[in-house]
Amino acid sequence: MSLEESYTFNRHALAYIQHAAEQGLYEIRGLGAKRSLPTFDDLVLLTASLSRYPLEGYRERCLTKTVLGTRHAKKPVELEIPVTIAGMSFGALSAHSKEAIGRAATAVGTSTTTGDGGMTPEERQSSKTLVYQCLPSRYGFNPDDLRQADAIELVIGQGAKPGGGGMLLGQKISPRVAEMRTLPPGIDQRSACRHPDWTGPDDLAIKILELREITDWQVPIYVKMGAARVANDVKLAVKSGADVVVIDGMQGGTAATQQVFIEHAGIPTLAALRLAVEALEEMKLVGEVQLIISGGIRTGADVAKALAMGADAVALGQGVLMALGCNADYYVQDDRRIDATGDYHRLGTAPGFCHHCHTGQCPVGITTQDPLLETRLAPEDGARRLRNYLNVLTLELTTLARACGKSNVHHLEREDLVALTVEAAAMAKLPLAGTDWVPGA
Amino acid sequence: MERITPAGGVLTFDLARTSVRELNQFLHHELRQSGARRVEILNPRGQHNLAVGLDAPVQVDIRGHAGYFIAGMNKQAQVTVHGSVGWSVAENIMSGVVRVRGNASECAAASGHGGLVVIEGNASSRCGISLKGADVVVGGSVGHVSAFMAQAGRLVVCGDAGAGLGDSLYEAVIYVRGKIHSLGADAREEAMTEADVSQLDELLVAAQIDCSAGEFKRVASARTLYHWHSDLSPMHYS
Repeated sequence: MSLEESYTFNRHALAYIQHAAEQGLYEIRGLGAKRSLPTFDDLVLLTASLSRYPLEGYRERCLTKTVLGTRHAKKPVELEIPVTIAGMSFGALSAHSKEAIGRAATAVGTSTTTGDGGMTPEERQSSKTLVYQCLPSRYGFNPDDLRQADAIELVIGQGAKPGGGGMLLGQKISPRVAEMRTLPPGIDQRSACRHPDWTGPDDLAIKILELREITDWQVPIYVKMGAARVANDVKLAVKSGADVVVIDGMQGGTAATQQVFIEHAGIPTLAALRLAVEALEEMKLVGEVQLIISGGIRTGADVAKALAMGADAVALGQGVLMALGCNADYYVQDDRRIDATGDYHRLGTAPGFCHHCHTGQCPVGITTQDPLLETRLAPEDGARRLRNYLNVLTLELTTLARACGKSNVHHLEREDLVALTVEAAAMAKLPLAGTDWVPGA
Repeated sequence: MERITPAGGVLTFDLARTSVRELNQFLHHELRQSGARRVEILNPRGQHNLAVGLDAPVQVDIRGHAGYFIAGMNKQAQVTVHGSVGWSVAENIMSGVVRVRGNASECAAASGHGGLVVIEGNASSRCGISLKGADVVVGGSVGHVSAFMAQAGRLVVCGDAGAGLGDSLYEAVIYVRGKIHSLGADAREEAMTEADVSQLDELLVAAQIDCSAGEFKRVASARTLYHWHSDLSPMHYS
């Protein structure tokens, strides 16, 4: 019996080809890239010893306050921590999930963000600081909600699918979602990939001015892009007038898109962040235009390294969902843990491997519009879990910052970092640990 | 900043001497107190973002050609441009009426949710793109891919329509009096019903466009793209 597996046509490739032949349709799924990529794990911080003085870990202050949108807005966004919540739509997420996120963000003093589908009253009421997205679809987009926003995020793309539009399959287009999006219930919704009323950076500059005029120059305007041609894209967004640039690396998540997008488009967050920082440095606008990085941020260490590389803040999406219970093997109802393994199996997956957000059958009630499944996440319990997670990230961040001798997390700097692999060193333009070699420099 | 004191409820802004920001701030915050029922804007000189974000029952007359996003996100107001406009006039309009006496460049009434937009001349490409409930009446012709992904509302074209009309339509309906160069994916011509004729007649009267509804063709979605299907036909790849 010969069992020599082909590298080219291995079991993954075989399964893909045979699935494509059976179904005649590309695979659609949720979450982000699953392939191995250089990440913040491939960097380490050079904490203090004799050549740098550390701060006392539990006694000396380490500030985390973060201000975004100082360039043009009369009212910049002031946050207690540099960890924000990325845009996720009502539609992709249940109303309970959105409420839990709003409550947790408010409790820890950070912002949350709407998504494709507009702003819900629950979300506005539960969120002290809410960023309102202006997306190509313009689903539910209206001037009343625009004026209620604390910041506006013009979304040009996202890391999971740079160059692609949104997608929400029919099983998640409930009557409420359909009404908010002006769509027939139950259809497979495809969002546009380009904005309907402008094309290119020259137009974007006028569009940004329009939004400023409508909101009387009060709130900051962010421009969010999926990480692809980052250096040029950041410069163009800044030239167009953005107060804040948001770059979403290829590990960024989605509720549904083509697998081919998730795994084969865009560049890793690590490389994207370095390119974005360099672009701002080249334009001499570091400190004037703020930078938010997202795409696979998980831990306080990730946040510390992102800030050291030059980000002003990070945005979390998938980490937030996982804090709410995504991929857990149980959910909680009436203070009892209930095993969800069977529901994962019915979707053809298992806890820890699920990316079936697109089905609307989320076993733990997060990415669903099913009224019964939605009850598996109680907003108050979800808010508690997420608040804990955000607090842990902040504690880890300040622990590392103090150990680097910083009394403010925004004082972390590139000099505090080295890389563990040649790939990470090249992408982040940092020296390989133990050397002064920066590949490609 | 120069404003001319209201005379008979009319207030005049001369944009040769007043900035766009001052104009919009007035329209947002001081209009009601001023008692003005009409606002005249002189010397627009192609400037962008005039009269955006209005939310008051006021008549605004822009005397001359104007730039991008004129009357963007309008609510309640009746805005008339006595000239031509650049891209995306009345984008995301919610209610009220926006009228352009001349021609409109691309993306007129993009993603409009409600209200009425009248282009008395021609409109360029993507007119009524992503429409979500507004009515758009064009006295002349429209360019390519008009009403692309239009979800609800009506686009009425009294002249000809360019290539790819109604591509990826949802529930919006298009009426065309002249020649249709070509239909986009999933758009199809359908028979006019009596209800179409009577409702279109009402819309043409409201738009003050002198045409007979009986001369129009109806275009709507074939709804074949509402769900992903296996064994795709080549049309779906485009």
